Amino acid sequence: MSKAVATAKPKGKSSAFIEKWASLIALVAVFAFFALRMPKLFLTSSNIVTILRAISITTIIGIGLTITLAVGGFDLSSGSMATMSGAMIISFFVWYKMSLWLAIPLALVLTMGLMMITMLLIVKFKIPDLLATLAMMFMLDGVSLTYSGGGAISEGMPRFNGDPTFGKIPQLFKNMGQAPTIIIIMIVIVIVVHIFLTYTKYGRYIYAVGGNKEAARLSGIPIYRYRVYAGILAAIFIGLGGILVASRNMSAQIQGAAGYAMPAISAVFIGRSVAGAGKPNAFGTFVGASLVGILENGLIMMSVPYYSLNAVKGVVLALALASTYYSSTSEN
Amino acid sequence: MGMPYRRPHRDSPHRGEKNRMSQTVSSIEMKSISIEFPGVKALSDVDFSIKNGEIRAVVGANGAGKSTLMKVLAGANETYTGTILIDGKPCEIRDPRMAKRLGIELVYQEVDTALFPYLSVAENIMFNSLVSGMKGKSLVHWGSINKSAREILARLKMDIDVSRKVSSLTLAEKQMVLIARAVRERCKFLILDEPTAPLSLGEVEKLFGIVRDLAEREGVGVIFISHRLPELFQICTSLTVMKDGKVVANRAVNAELTTREIVNLMLGRSFEENFPKIPTTIGETMLEALGLSDEAGRVRNVSFSIKGGEIVGICGLVGAGKTELCKLLFGANKMRTGQIKLRGRSLKIRTPTSAVRQKIALVPEERRKEGVLVTEPVYFNLSAACLGKFCNRLSFVKKSLEIKNAKHLVTELGIKTPSVHQKVKYLSGGNQQKVAVGKWLTSDSDVYMLDEPTKGVDVGAKRDIFQLIQGLAKNGKAILYASSEINEILAITDRIYVMYNGNLVAELPTKTATEEEILFYATGGNK
Repeated sequence: MSKAVATAKPKGKSSAFIEKWASLIALVAVFAFFALRMPKLFLTSSNIVTILRAISITTIIGIGLTITLAVGGFDLSSGSMATMSGAMIISFFVWYKMSLWLAIPLALVLTMGLMMITMLLIVKFKIPDLLATLAMMFMLDGVSLTYSGGGAISEGMPRFNGDPTFGKIPQLFKNMGQAPTIIIIMIVIVIVVHIFLTYTKYGRYIYAVGGNKEAARLSGIPIYRYRVYAGILAAIFIGLGGILVASRNMSAQIQGAAGYAMPAISAVFIGRSVAGAGKPNAFGTFVGASLVGILENGLIMMSVPYYSLNAVKGVVLALALASTYYSSTSEN
Repeated sequence: MGMPYRRPHRDSPHRGEKNRMSQTVSSIEMKSISIEFPGVKALSDVDFSIKNGEIRAVVGANGAGKSTLMKVLAGANETYTGTILIDGKPCEIRDPRMAKRLGIELVYQEVDTALFPYLSVAENIMFNSLVSGMKGKSLVHWGSINKSAREILARLKMDIDVSRKVSSLTLAEKQMVLIARAVRERCKFLILDEPTAPLSLGEVEKLFGIVRDLAEREGVGVIFISHRLPELFQICTSLTVMKDGKVVANRAVNAELTTREIVNLMLGRSFEENFPKIPTTIGETMLEALGLSDEAGRVRNVSFSIKGGEIVGICGLVGAGKTELCKLLFGANKMRTGQIKLRGRSLKIRTPTSAVRQKIALVPEERRKEGVLVTEPVYFNLSAACLGKFCNRLSFVKKSLEIKNAKHLVTELGIKTPSVHQKVKYLSGGNQQKVAVGKWLTSDSDVYMLDEPTKGVDVGAKRDIFQLIQGLAKNGKAILYASSEINEILAITDRIYVMYNGNLVAELPTKTATEEEILFYATGGNK
């Protein structure tokens, strides 16, 4: 039976190989390039740690978006939602003197609550993802600014109405965003989510819904329920991303996490094809974030001005998307 | 700085040319037209002709080649061989623009594909002059656009406000807009592909009035494709019957012609494959439907029952409501009224998820869109409907168990694939269908509904699928087999319900039913 030949054959070996490993090859090539150009500067253990630390927040928010994209959704509001989560956590410490063990779960639960609004717009009112999350982006931006009184929140800073604040940001919270901890958090999340998406029933259903909503529905999978599950799960990682941004800044800045939204989405798309997954996957997102992070780090070392870096990131994303879509359209 | 606006001239050079070209055309003759698609001869040596003022019906069973022939005429099938004579002069119609220049307009059944939903009725009717008539002009003169559109609608006695958005129109009104656009293009030959299928009786009357006027007063030649034979007698003057890609008869429509005779002409196709029917023991009533109607009005007051071990056919032509009935029973479409009973117990099926929980399975018609996940491998698809079976308590999938089950099914169903890890999109249609069926074997359902399961499937796979269905019946499952292929229904079922226009119009035991009888009911013969 196994000898029987299918009517349509998959693509040739070499092009399939390139498609599978293009992102990883690019990652290794970029790494090798910088290592050879600046062995003493780039290839030091402290710089590797710097890179990993720099990509950890992008990766964690990216993991949230990986889940959203895997179920067939899209999210423009992740940066704003992360900012909101950061504003909440700092205010809990500074304004309300909460302990770390209360503040973090509370901030995550509230972020999940905010995601429920997004899900309501998408699942109940059938607004396309792009538009629903665009609306949410503006809402969250406004809400987090209003909440913080139009400014940043930090230790010792009086509230908007002039009330003095007495809460302290715990040292443990500061450590969360520092080098070993933040990297360990990222690695654990990547592994756990990878296992979740690949080996559990829920992960498989999430991919089934993302692959073909109608076919999944007619297989008896409750597609809207899985859509909401996926959203809430994504909110945990987006919220955590925002908390880590706050930890690194030791304050809640205006639009503090906004800059992470687009790199995170890019990382998911760059990582789509990794290892032939052909769909958003946790490991791929890590590869994508690493590629962007290494480029950024290396180019800065080569004295490329920081304001030009976005151009490079844009080119990398365009190339990744071109390789994904070009090969998938030439098939049919 | 305003652009000088030039009023669109009634006889601008562009329009004058079109006028001249199409007005001269009074007859089209197609001679020995053939088309071959990979593996199938869609048309073989077809002769067809139409004259001004004639209303010619084209009838035939599904897959007879009606639409293919019409697409040739409309320039949408450029690979044909044979000759087309326009007023006796040979002419090549290799693209839609050529057809339009000859004044041939095709109104497809899916009216929405040809309309711009967010533009007004006037813009849709006048669209071509808005595009090609705008040379050297930048401003749209709304007054004259609306006026011309209103004139055309008045001429056709259509009552539609030209400023309305097309998205707010009913299906019937959209058809009228398309006809009006065709008339605006100085159309001399109008092809209507199953225009009445989605219409109500009143709307059909109105459409016929317009078509008759077009033919009699404007001398337009109309080609009318329909599955509803009775209505052809109301409107058509001549009739062409097609079967298996050939024209089998050309008749004048008069008092001598009967529905029975047309049905006989449409039939006669021998069923080459001989599928031996395995006798099964028929048990208790398994599934029962009482007075089902859906919200879209495509299923109307349908009642039927299936016993365990019984294969029940729902036969009807395309658009009769079979797919909608299946989806309604599966909870995928919304129910308005009615009751579904399983083993005598009343069920509430609101979503496919609850249907699956009640052990009802559906193999949908649109295989690639609804039946399988094409981007996922075979094993993934085969366990998609009941992944829980292969999970441990923590919901981790036990891959080895899943692969074992998949390999077993691949062997049992004869799915031709190099491995269970192959993505389903690389399988042939028949093998994809086997995967779509196999998915439900894993879940061990009680009721299997199959909607056009042999569509686009080769003969070998068809035989396999038939054997599979019979095997299920033998194991006491209740089978609902919905198809427009009458010979297949006759070959495999125990009992047949004929569906027409959303209603079940006849119930026939397969043993005594004939193809002729089924087609008679399926085309609204007893109405």
